[in-house]
Amino acid sequence: MDLTRRDALALGASTFALTLLPFRASAAADDAIATFTGGAATSDGGVSLTTPEIAENGNTVPVSVDAPGAVAIAIFAAGNPTPEVVTAKFGPLAGSQALSTRIRLAGTQDVVAVAQMADGSFAKASNTVKVTIGGCGG
Amino acid sequence: MKTSLKGTLGMAAALAGLTLGTGLMAGEDDNLIVNEEIEMTVRAPAPEHVDAFDTIYSGWVFRSDETQALQADDFDNPAFVFVDTAIDSWNTVDGTEGKSCASCHEDPMESMAGVRAVYPKWNEQAGEVRTLEMQVNGCRTEQMGAEPWKYDGTDMVNMTALISVPSRGMPVDVSFDGPEREMWEKGKELYYTRTGQLELACANCHEDHYGDMIRADHLSQGQINGFPVYRLKNAKLNSAHARFKGCIRDTRAHTFAPGSDEFVALELYVATRGNGLSVEAPSVRN
Amino acid sequence: MAKGVKPRVKVPKSAAAGETVTIKTLISHKMESGQRKDSDGNLIPRSIINRFHVTFNGQEVIDVTIEPAVSTNPYFEFEAVVPEAGEFAFTWYDDDGSVYETSNAVAIA
Repeated sequence: MDLTRRDALALGASTFALTLLPFRASAAADDAIATFTGGAATSDGGVSLTTPEIAENGNTVPVSVDAPGAVAIAIFAAGNPTPEVVTAKFGPLAGSQALSTRIRLAGTQDVVAVAQMADGSFAKASNTVKVTIGGCGG
Repeated sequence: MKTSLKGTLGMAAALAGLTLGTGLMAGEDDNLIVNEEIEMTVRAPAPEHVDAFDTIYSGWVFRSDETQALQADDFDNPAFVFVDTAIDSWNTVDGTEGKSCASCHEDPMESMAGVRAVYPKWNEQAGEVRTLEMQVNGCRTEQMGAEPWKYDGTDMVNMTALISVPSRGMPVDVSFDGPEREMWEKGKELYYTRTGQLELACANCHEDHYGDMIRADHLSQGQINGFPVYRLKNAKLNSAHARFKGCIRDTRAHTFAPGSDEFVALELYVATRGNGLSVEAPSVRN
Repeated sequence: MAKGVKPRVKVPKSAAAGETVTIKTLISHKMESGQRKDSDGNLIPRSIINRFHVTFNGQEVIDVTIEPAVSTNPYFEFEAVVPEAGEFAFTWYDDDGSVYETSNAVAIA
């Protein structure tokens, strides 16, 4: 293949653009979710996931998930080296099927919450969180 | 090596950010009330000796909503797990005299009220300006017969956080017109002295560009009323001197050491720039 | 046992029978992810709290499996039903085999 200078520039630019795209999903995240669901399909709705639109620091990102009627909820960070974050199982004395925690995000990416409902079905919610690089290292 | 490369890239980007500053502030109109009880003064008229601004702002004002919320409740504020640790060491006997902090000072919530607000402070007996850290180590070596703690070590920063708790909400009121004046002038000179390969003084960022973006972050006025601070970045408490060291390193200079005369002077001067803001320590920053 | 691990929990001292209460918990722990390298380039081994378990009078409230993506000083907030007077038991499990426990009594108001 003969590359002209112009082609090379265009190629460079598109590669650059690619590196700027957030981690939307990864095979590892899909695998982790499939492990939790046993490969069952997930529907949208029934899970509310609250995350900041922009996280000031990826070390400590507040995340809340609420899935009324769920028996278990798992949270995944699709762009982390290992996508699993937490899996919460709710007992008979749980006051709600909700959990808030603080998590690490390696960069801008999707956070995914999957809830296992009492009837064995699975529901999913997903939010993109932009992780900024701070000012001075301190 | 890794750190210096990161620092270089960071500052190059930071400089670009400086010129592109947008003047936005995250929580310009928000107010901070801790535990639905302590009303913090996060903006106040600038002290007369500060010429650069009319209003001084706590660093809290410049943070995102999520970070701000962490400071509104002592349970959500992760600094308090370290305050708990400091309560244990407050009550622990150490040294040859068989004393703990509690032996003389009993309940820190009562005996230490108001202390953070007036430090650094001239110590007549010692004939020097003392920071809270110096005072703690003074107690340890002179009263307890114990080894001094590392100036910016974990034991020390946890302890200064505990000592700050009962002063929260009180206005910072650090003196600078008595015998401490010479140190204060030295601190002021340092504040306006450009350092490092990037030739930046404290004032170049924190006076000229507060509120602007420095990369993806809002520059604050560099107030220290919230120190020690719990930083999300390193998930621990950080002293003012550790922050000074980080700032000066980012100008690519050799920095002064925590506890050095230079940093004591700088802390004294910077503290007086915040006279009128509330003591917030231990606060939460990114 | 990892050094300086300290749990904190916030639970109301009393509740009405059958009331749903909010519980907040935090434990000081570095949560070393196993992804980081030291200054010599060697991988720092993983050392985290891997499970957090809460019961009330022996009945299950919540059981959380924790991965390294949970932040330093793990924080959890959730709700629990208080059917009668009794005690919440909180247990954190460390990778090194340590178990940290704390409990809080709740009276019926």
